[in-house]
Amino acid sequence: MIFDEKHECMPLDSLRELQEKRLRAAVKVAYEKVAHYKRVFDENRLKPEDIKTLDDLDKIPFTYKNDLRDNYPFGMLAVPLHDVAEIHASSGTTGNPTVVAYTKNDIALWSHVMARTFACAGATPNDIVQNAYGYGLFTGGLGFHYGALELGASIVPTSSGQTKRQLKLIQDFGSTVITCTPSYSVHMAEEAMASGIDPRTTTIRLGILGAEPWSEEMRREIEEKWAMDAIDIYGLSEIIGPGVAVECPAKNGLHLFSDHFFPEIINPETGERLPDGGRGELVLTTLTKEALPLLRFRVGDITSITHEPCEACGRTMPRIAKIFGRTDDMLIVRGINVFPSQIESVLLSVEGAEPHYLIVVDRERGLDRLEIQVEVSQQLFTDEVKGLETLRDKISDEIENVLGVKAAVKLVEPQTIERSMGKAKRVIDNRRI
Amino acid sequence: MKIKQLSLFLENTSGRLVDALSLLGDARINIRALSLSDTSDFGILRLIVNDVDKAYQILTDKHYTVLKSDVVAVEVEDRPGALVDILRILKDAEINVEYTYAFVERGGEQAILIFRFDDMEKGIRVLQGKGVTLLTADQVRTR
Repeated sequence: MIFDEKHECMPLDSLRELQEKRLRAAVKVAYEKVAHYKRVFDENRLKPEDIKTLDDLDKIPFTYKNDLRDNYPFGMLAVPLHDVAEIHASSGTTGNPTVVAYTKNDIALWSHVMARTFACAGATPNDIVQNAYGYGLFTGGLGFHYGALELGASIVPTSSGQTKRQLKLIQDFGSTVITCTPSYSVHMAEEAMASGIDPRTTTIRLGILGAEPWSEEMRREIEEKWAMDAIDIYGLSEIIGPGVAVECPAKNGLHLFSDHFFPEIINPETGERLPDGGRGELVLTTLTKEALPLLRFRVGDITSITHEPCEACGRTMPRIAKIFGRTDDMLIVRGINVFPSQIESVLLSVEGAEPHYLIVVDRERGLDRLEIQVEVSQQLFTDEVKGLETLRDKISDEIENVLGVKAAVKLVEPQTIERSMGKAKRVIDNRRI
Repeated sequence: MKIKQLSLFLENTSGRLVDALSLLGDARINIRALSLSDTSDFGILRLIVNDVDKAYQILTDKHYTVLKSDVVAVEVEDRPGALVDILRILKDAEINVEYTYAFVERGGEQAILIFRFDDMEKGIRVLQGKGVTLLTADQVRTR
């Protein structure tokens, strides 16, 4: 099923025309309503009228995550707060979270692209969607909720966690679609088998999985464990949340809804745009967002793009490859973005000095496990066990406060964390992604 | 009447204790008493040695986390009830024991109790006031 055939299958020349019309309007609004963009344009002696076609896009300087942080909380908004309907936030790297806001029209757009997403993945209005993405400031929960609502499916808003209850409701309600992170779907399957339920025999037939990178091997494992289709979805809160791109059942790239979010792939070093098939950093421009328009936003994810229409489903939306990795040191743990610098600032705030530390990420029974090893320096050391335990718990609590994800803190001896080129290695990721 | 103790941070993994102690053995440092507090992840090794400064230097040179801290050494008769007598005095004076460990003197007649109190000064004052024998570092080294 194609939810919005008119746009999703639009002939490429009409699509380009629509994108250019929307781009001109978006640039005008950004310039007139957002001080940051006015300054950037003026500094570069650029006028909104200079951006006429998609080929003019590369005249506009990039927007970075830092620009959002520097304008915390509402400096990047193009509308007065009075017109904002919903505000979300993700954990920040330096204390301040990244804030994103939606007008009522933005929420309608989000619902619409998420309804497209559900339909593209293979869901229908007859499905019972169990939404196990976290509800709250994280955009995953509500994004999927709005989409299922717009599609006309039945929603079971379980949110994340409470795996036993998730399994009971799947069985009792006959849920047919599960939406969650890929790692959580593995965890659920393993919990099910441990309590004598074969996930293959449940009514679940489709999983729409995202918010963290995952491999084809992991897809095969999930599809086999659940006897379901496992579909990859892509999005980020700065652009809209989930609903930017999704696979069709052919699983041959993620269809990116480019009539609303215009994609470029660039060489992250030089900023030059790459041709189809070239692997580089994804850059997105919002064409229709009201509250938080972003021009050429550096997403940080590495992928490639093809503009060939999909032979399987007929959509003309360009397709991006499964995400290969990041341009920065950002980790995604249980769907939450984690930067080593966040951990650094916590350690700094707890002890006033930055000890050597190592972030170790493992996947145990499908769930990500974050461990922070902290070298106990002379300054941190106290002669009493309870002092060290207090220190450990304080670090652990503070990390959970800042990141929104639990971390096990392990105190280790000095010089046990490997140093390379004089600088300590910060991250060991043992997950097979 | 305080004496210096060395506290050493150790990860709770196999071989850590022998690694640290063999450094001291090779340097001919004699351990008079020791205790090990452990949790599932880490432990604190506390040592009374015959040459605190040298042991401290050797361990810090090898990047161990080491702390010199103050404890008191109490000499009591090696007989049933002797420890309880001391603890009663402390309890009556509302002094809390953070930790304690003990060893028997070479002659076998006396035992030495190592104490760390929440209030060290008060602990020393109270024990001395009750006529309890507190040992100096030299005395601990030679007995």
